[in-house]
Amino acid sequence: MIAANLPALQVVIPLIGAPLCMLLGRGRIAWALSAAATWAGFAVAIALLVAVIEHGPISYTMGGWAPPWGIEYRVDYLSAFVLLIVSGIAAVVMPYAYHSVNSEIPESRQRLFYTAYLLTFAGLLGMAITGDAFNAFVFMEISSLSSYVLISLGRSRRALYAAFQYLVLGTIGATFFVIGVGLLYMVTGTLNMADMAERLAAQADSRVTLAAFGFLVVGLSLKLALFPLHLWLPNAYTYAPSMISALLAATGTKVMVYLLLRFMFTIYGGGLHLGVAPVYHVLMVLGLLAAVTGSLVAIFQDNIKRMLAYSSIAQLGYMALGISFASGTGITAATVHLFNHALMKGALFMVMGSVMLRCGGTTIAHLRGLGRRMPLTMAAFVIAGLSMIGVPGTVGFVSKWYLVQAALGSGFWPGVPVAVVVLAASLLAVIYIWRVVEAAYFADPDGGAGAIEEATWPMVAATWILAGGCVVFGLTTDLTVGVASRVATLLLTGAP
Amino acid sequence: MAANFVYVFAIVIAMIGFYVVIDRGNLLKKLIGLNIFQTAVFLIYISMGKISGGTAPILYDGDAPFSNPLPHVLILTAIVVGVATLALGLGLVVRIKEAYGTIEEDEIQAQEAAEEDGP
Repeated sequence: MIAANLPALQVVIPLIGAPLCMLLGRGRIAWALSAAATWAGFAVAIALLVAVIEHGPISYTMGGWAPPWGIEYRVDYLSAFVLLIVSGIAAVVMPYAYHSVNSEIPESRQRLFYTAYLLTFAGLLGMAITGDAFNAFVFMEISSLSSYVLISLGRSRRALYAAFQYLVLGTIGATFFVIGVGLLYMVTGTLNMADMAERLAAQADSRVTLAAFGFLVVGLSLKLALFPLHLWLPNAYTYAPSMISALLAATGTKVMVYLLLRFMFTIYGGGLHLGVAPVYHVLMVLGLLAAVTGSLVAIFQDNIKRMLAYSSIAQLGYMALGISFASGTGITAATVHLFNHALMKGALFMVMGSVMLRCGGTTIAHLRGLGRRMPLTMAAFVIAGLSMIGVPGTVGFVSKWYLVQAALGSGFWPGVPVAVVVLAASLLAVIYIWRVVEAAYFADPDGGAGAIEEATWPMVAATWILAGGCVVFGLTTDLTVGVASRVATLLLTGAP
Repeated sequence: MAANFVYVFAIVIAMIGFYVVIDRGNLLKKLIGLNIFQTAVFLIYISMGKISGGTAPILYDGDAPFSNPLPHVLILTAIVVGVATLALGLGLVVRIKEAYGTIEEDEIQAQEAAEEDGP
């Protein structure tokens, strides 16, 4: 009974949790309820991934209405992997959230905070699991609207303006997406993704098909903050409450990358029959620009949260770059980087949350001498930072390895110059990570502030789970690369 | 052109809304532009399901042409989303007015540039 309905439960548990949290959530109950819903969601995601590995893709008909009329939930390797990333990060963030949220959100608002968090969580999971194009839009808006609320709850008044900017740009992105879905419906007469893919092959020459592709790619690129559509991201991540920065940086844009992969490859069959659309070249150029400018701008940031946000833009550039090769290795690199970047960026933002808790700010001046006062937290930063650079033995190296392989696999031109740019951008990462390390370990602490100590143990433990993950999955790549390479086969050939 | 008149009309409205979002510095006007933009998309969806002389497929009696109800239902959902977005946007504008004392984009940015980078 439960096993048969796992795909529905994946979304329903947090979705039911949200109103429950609203109604019952006094004091700690709101946190406990959302933690329970998150962990249940994580358990379901693991069960789904295991089921997919053992038995192949799962198709679940919502309410018993057969597709293509009813809404189908479809779990294949790619969705199961993204579900695991989203729920896994959320499950680690929850224990961290308790003290962090207590210190940053007034108690009267915590109930609403956790309600909005659960809605975001449900929306992100829903986008990853649904096999219906319009349903994906609905979940996108559920997660976006609640994440605007979460960002606006940051301590500084700038959070309000950041949330407003994100609302405007996010809505434009989602509206572009829905125009694309509408045009696709016009030519295919269906909203089911698998059905759409079948019927679209006969419509490849239609100008509407091409226009739909343009709207979908631009809309999703805006949502995933592909350079130069990234303007909403730095402020949103900088001024959001610490826990939300960690959660959204690790999962929010990843799900949009998932949708981009889904539409480009599953529905448009790699867009290869759209001979006139130079989308891969565009993605490659923008990906490279994102990697270089994102890293360059990150070097000059005083606020470390904003530095990490710009670094995120660079990392999203790597993902776009991986997609742009449209080869097995390229897709593997992009997919595995979804997971790896979630681990390291989650850990880095969690460290900043701990610094915020103890020092009241996250500028480079706040970090001076913290290596001695918060040794465990800053050590986690160093590990995740090394991973961001791509040092062997960490997950960052695994991603870059596959990315460079994919680049070299695409021939001398553009392969070799692309590989050189990727390596150069990694060197830029050395600089911005080093600035933090230098301040934390080699600068003398500002006088008088002797009371700074390690963050609370759940926060340190959660940070270390992700930082440890950076090393563990950097050394044993069977799970991540194994699943990612199967995703690549799935997307490129349609074989499960 | 004549057959696609509705779509051309909808795209023109969409671009008017889009232009307002980009060009206006007043946050309220931005939201109005955003809403116009979304409404144009509703028009695209609604006109796509409509057939000239088509009726609603309720108590359907055989061979009369009917309009496709699915896009109309989809757009009911999108309207709800639009209302929620507008409500949240207006809520944020009220809070921004309280915090900054203005809802003009350039004045907010000037205030932010003047103060030090906050936490």
